[in-house]
Amino acid sequence: MALLSVREATKRFGGLLANEAISFDVEEGELLAVIGPNGAGKTTLFNVISGAYPPTSGSIHFDGRDITGASPHGVAHAGLVRTYQLVQLFKNLTVAENVEIGSHRVTRGGVFSALFRPHWMQQQEKSVSVGARELLRFVGLEAQADDPADTLPYGRQRLLEVARALAARPRLLLLDEPAAGLNTQETEALAEVISRIHLGGTTVILIEHDMSLVMKIAQRIVVLDFGKKIAEGAPDEIKSHPDVIAAYLGGTEILDA
Amino acid sequence: MTSHAITSTEPTSVGWRSALPIAAVAVVAAYGLMSSDYVVTVLGFAFIYAIFCTGLNFFMGYTGQASFGQSAFAAIGGYGSAILCTDYGWEPLLALIATMAISGVVAAVVGYPTLRLRGHYLAMATFALGLIAYEITIEWTSLTQGYMGYAGIPPLGLGGFELATLKQQFIAIVVMALIGVGVASRLRQSRFGRALASIAGSELAARALGVDIARYKLVAFVIAALYASAAGSLFAHFVGFISPEIYGTSMVIQSFAMLYLGGIGTTWGPMLGAVIVSVLPEALRGLKEMQDIAYTAILIFILIFAPRGLAGLTVLFRRARRPALGKA
Repeated sequence: MALLSVREATKRFGGLLANEAISFDVEEGELLAVIGPNGAGKTTLFNVISGAYPPTSGSIHFDGRDITGASPHGVAHAGLVRTYQLVQLFKNLTVAENVEIGSHRVTRGGVFSALFRPHWMQQQEKSVSVGARELLRFVGLEAQADDPADTLPYGRQRLLEVARALAARPRLLLLDEPAAGLNTQETEALAEVISRIHLGGTTVILIEHDMSLVMKIAQRIVVLDFGKKIAEGAPDEIKSHPDVIAAYLGGTEILDA
Repeated sequence: MTSHAITSTEPTSVGWRSALPIAAVAVVAAYGLMSSDYVVTVLGFAFIYAIFCTGLNFFMGYTGQASFGQSAFAAIGGYGSAILCTDYGWEPLLALIATMAISGVVAAVVGYPTLRLRGHYLAMATFALGLIAYEITIEWTSLTQGYMGYAGIPPLGLGGFELATLKQQFIAIVVMALIGVGVASRLRQSRFGRALASIAGSELAARALGVDIARYKLVAFVIAALYASAAGSLFAHFVGFISPEIYGTSMVIQSFAMLYLGGIGTTWGPMLGAVIVSVLPEALRGLKEMQDIAYTAILIFILIFAPRGLAGLTVLFRRARRPALGKA
């Protein structure tokens, strides 16, 4: 059974049909990219999947459960963790603390355990801190662990956001344009990190404008245009798909890649 | 064996960082105990405010939300303790705990709908809460005795043992303030504290990581109310008399000055700010008519040069030191 199953997802904002009956499946362990021109409805689709707003109609199933209309934190708790197009870091905290917060989903304890510090809580705190350092090493930020997050250059803030999402040990990671605003080198570094996440067994859905990135790492691609799914397939099929080429104005962007 | 392993991995700098403020509090308290009752009263107010501000810091500092109505919970604590102890002969310490429980319940009930609001709207709604509490203390005269206030409130004590002198009460207040800071520090350094910090940092990101924002905001609000209530009760016992003005808007403004001056979101900042803002006007008393001008000038000066508060300065020092070490 598919890990994520989107069925006829439709999202209407007044007169605007942002998503129209979009259906696709994501299998466990897959790396799927969602592409499309600006305004095609990609981020809306992410928001519908991650619970930011409910779909007007249609359903979302994750891990066999119906998560249609569930709250964002509920969706995250189920194991579907997302990042945002605009970096959303906890700026006043250190790089390591940012990642430690990411472990919220996979840890437990509230006010009383914080106050009385039972043994399991101390062990948990240790593993949270050790785990955060490991993830920072994984994305290459271990040297900046104790710096305030807002002093990182933009490209590294992106990596930090990914590391923080990984601390939640997602079963499905949604990355919303992670390469936006990055230079070529930074994009390379990011692509490499995403590939390693995928190799580590995490299922990934990626929204991306950077075609070279998508063609290089995605196993399968869903193409949206004007809120509809116009194509779905392997990168090579998508490159030569006539509708996709038309959507991208003659397809220069794709042919260049 | 295991406990040894845990203590040894704890960075020693943490111990240092809390030892210094505790020593400073001990020095201030000792100075108070060797001085007149007047000085003890001023310092007593300072540490009562320290408790109030440490609580407010949960909501405004750690969680990044605005509350202009925390005085309402101080009023519940103060009037609750006054009524229970004078009219019903309750033990002061029991009354303090009972009114904290009442404040916590009221905060949960009021906070549940109110905390859906954000930013200015939340500030307005909580401000209204403070005004409503103030009106109640004035108008509900059969309960609160209105403008006349409540007199003859017994000093703090338990089971017939009474802290008869001002200085004994002062020690109890300082100890409670230190416990308050200790609790705050423990809660901040935990999964719970990190969840609060994530809300202050970015609600979008917090939500995406599975943090139930509404729930954590409410818990922070309730904790702030518990501290405010305890501070209100302590004030009633320390002074022996309360009236509506004590828990009015000036309390809110005063606590904001303390929070921002001391360092909002830091562990010791609220207490530091409370002591400075309370003591400064007294220290400037010799300036006579220039007193207010000098006082506000100093506050503005501190906020310009230490925008993150005095406790925030330690972060600056730490940051400034690191590059130097890097070069060496």
